[in-house]
Amino acid sequence: MLRITGGKVYDPTNNVHGEIRDVCIANGRVVAQVEGGRTIDASGMVVFPGGVDVHTHVAGGALNFARGLIPEQHRQAAAIVRDNIRRAGMGGTTPTTFATGYLYAGMGWTTVNEAAVPILSAKHTHEELRDTPIVDKTCLVLMANNEIVLDLLEAGEIERARHVVAWNIWAAKAYGVKAVNPGGVAAWKWGKDAKSLSEPVEGYKKVTPAKIVSGLARIVDDLGLPHPVHLHCNNLGAPGNYTTTLETMKVLEANRAHMAHLQYHAYGGEDWFSIRSEAAPIADYFNAHRNLTTDAGAVLFGNTVTITADGPWQHLLHKLTGKKWANLDVENETGCGIVPYAYKEKNLVNAVQWAVGLELLLLINDPWRVFLTTDHPNGATFWRYPEIIQLLMDAEFRREQIKGLPAKARERIILPDLDRQYSLSDIAIITSAGPARALGLSQKGHLGVGADADVAIYDENKDIARMFAYPRYVIKGGEIVIEEGEMRHSVEGREFVVRPTYDEKIEEFIRPLFQQYYTMSFDNYPVEPERVHGLQIANCRLPK
Amino acid sequence: MITLTLKEQPAVPLEAEVLSPDRFAGLRHDEVRALPVYHGKRRLRLDDFFDIEGDCSDDVQIRGDLSRVKWIGRGMTRGRIRITGNAGMHLGAHMKGGIIEVSGNASDWVGGEMTGGLIHIRGNAGGQVGAAYRGSVSGMNRGTILIEGSAGIEVGMRMKRGIIAVRGPVRDFAGLQMKGGTLVLMGGAEIRTGAWMVRGTIISLKPIRLLPTFSLACTYHPPFMTIYSKHLQSLGFTVPYDAREGIYRRYNGDAAVPGKGEILVWEPQ
Repeated sequence: MLRITGGKVYDPTNNVHGEIRDVCIANGRVVAQVEGGRTIDASGMVVFPGGVDVHTHVAGGALNFARGLIPEQHRQAAAIVRDNIRRAGMGGTTPTTFATGYLYAGMGWTTVNEAAVPILSAKHTHEELRDTPIVDKTCLVLMANNEIVLDLLEAGEIERARHVVAWNIWAAKAYGVKAVNPGGVAAWKWGKDAKSLSEPVEGYKKVTPAKIVSGLARIVDDLGLPHPVHLHCNNLGAPGNYTTTLETMKVLEANRAHMAHLQYHAYGGEDWFSIRSEAAPIADYFNAHRNLTTDAGAVLFGNTVTITADGPWQHLLHKLTGKKWANLDVENETGCGIVPYAYKEKNLVNAVQWAVGLELLLLINDPWRVFLTTDHPNGATFWRYPEIIQLLMDAEFRREQIKGLPAKARERIILPDLDRQYSLSDIAIITSAGPARALGLSQKGHLGVGADADVAIYDENKDIARMFAYPRYVIKGGEIVIEEGEMRHSVEGREFVVRPTYDEKIEEFIRPLFQQYYTMSFDNYPVEPERVHGLQIANCRLPK
Repeated sequence: MITLTLKEQPAVPLEAEVLSPDRFAGLRHDEVRALPVYHGKRRLRLDDFFDIEGDCSDDVQIRGDLSRVKWIGRGMTRGRIRITGNAGMHLGAHMKGGIIEVSGNASDWVGGEMTGGLIHIRGNAGGQVGAAYRGSVSGMNRGTILIEGSAGIEVGMRMKRGIIAVRGPVRDFAGLQMKGGTLVLMGGAEIRTGAWMVRGTIISLKPIRLLPTFSLACTYHPPFMTIYSKHLQSLGFTVPYDAREGIYRRYNGDAAVPGKGEILVWEPQ
């Protein structure tokens, strides 16, 4: 039993905005009242619900491939030396599994969503998530280039496609559906990409990216999944791609959708020399359409490594930068590319990218629909979130930073004209309450009675980046993990998985296809429930 | 002067990056003795392995067969280390300044990714002299490495600036993916010299087998050879007079990349 007293509580879900009140915890949950037990005096501190990362890459085949590709970055990474509490590991751009848990918790984040899992490497992903301590986890399964699903869409068999998608979600022990460059990664297997929403995907006659997007969005809603389709649009990173993004959002009008790392999809201009920010039209459309949520995918300057299922884009990035490149072909399901990258302040394109991420966060007026991410590790590593919080909360600091950009970049962005400053309540929404709601995790992201006792307590400090980088206390599931700024205890996290309803007979349809096209046996394919550590089945809404 | 004598060769390699004038600076005798070294996973004291005499100084002398002592002079910026005996892997890696002299042989990765200073080895060296560590974009970037004996594979791999001179023969892939700087091979090389080189100069005083992606440009006397030889002479490394003033065949490559590097092969008259 635990009572946190004297702190300013920010719990936007329950309409608490900086009131001094007690938070009581018993049996891993927030309760109305406790008798006895320990008391934490949080006077002069702010009390937040634990952070929720709606889009990150922390486990699985692709991330591990990236770890292998960048020994030069590991040599510069902070080492975590084994002690009584922590296992040995390494920070840096792609932290090791245990270090990932320590670093997220060390910042006050207690739930993360691994955003791209091919079913073929789902077992690996769950093994790594098991070794990612403290934080609770969900993961999303890649579906938008799965050739069995695409064949069904081609044949117009949306009903059967729904059963296949549902079977796949449970087979991967996933929490939702991710769509990456719909059709584009399938086309990449022919050396092509899918740049236009309305043109058929290479190798198909009828299936277009638009049909994949709307088909999957409808399937996800029909299945009643707690999280809408999680969409990485076509044409990521390309100048002038904002028109594709607007078209995609129009295609999605009838359904819910989460637009992943929107920063990478809001550029104007014709080429790399004329690139400019088009955050304004994207944000205008977004503000008017309440079926959508998004995360920023913000960029910070410095070294990182880019990891995505978007194979064709990564090939282009490799050609563009001359940096090393790794490509993975995941049989009939998806692809993957890895390219190390350095975002430079003096580079026109990078400067525009940096600004667009912040512009979207400032122009989208409802904080409940835009969330803080860097698409870790693509835009920057997750442990740099406090730097973005500082940029959002302090317009003066932001203006100082803008001065460092090239003059040409400053003409291409609208960030200098934006005076909005986030309040602490807004920060609690974009880092915790909002993403938890978008993920449909009703017990996360708030401090109401019955919520999971995931709490981050920060010293109130004018140096905002420092304040959020070093929480004074972090409590996970009622256990004090960080105390007086030091890690005192490590706990294991859980995994949330959905089990959508499907016709059991669908296996009879998938099995022969599978035996024909895959290299592994059908019976070895699904992830056994015992393999998922701390498996918690989340509820779907009743299917329509 | 501070003198360290190895008591006996460790059974498993010792990681001793504390063996550097920068780390000894300002330390009392007993503090030097207590500096940490890693023996396998165990953290031990420097005086568990060495007899130590003298006080802190920029002049460090180390005696004994140190072929299992790694990372000597890592990242050093000043002073001098004199090793009487052999040296282990990663000698002078990431070194920025100062001098390291070895009377015996050195192992692999001598001067890996160094950015300044001088390493002079009287015996043989292993592979990857002045090279880039795995994954890094570039290796040695300024500084000088002189080897009186032979050297192993991948000498000067991805080096960007600086000079490496080897009196004896070197093995395969000398100057692999070289980006700049100068490699002087006085005793010839095995195969694939200069593979994937983008820029930089490889000088060979012996005929060598060239890749087909190098093409003959001309035969001439490079005036810089006179200047470089005088510079090396001043560091105690002699280039024969005939080679200093001689005629060289200049090959361009590696056309496979494509690169703008050059290999100069001496034509004794």
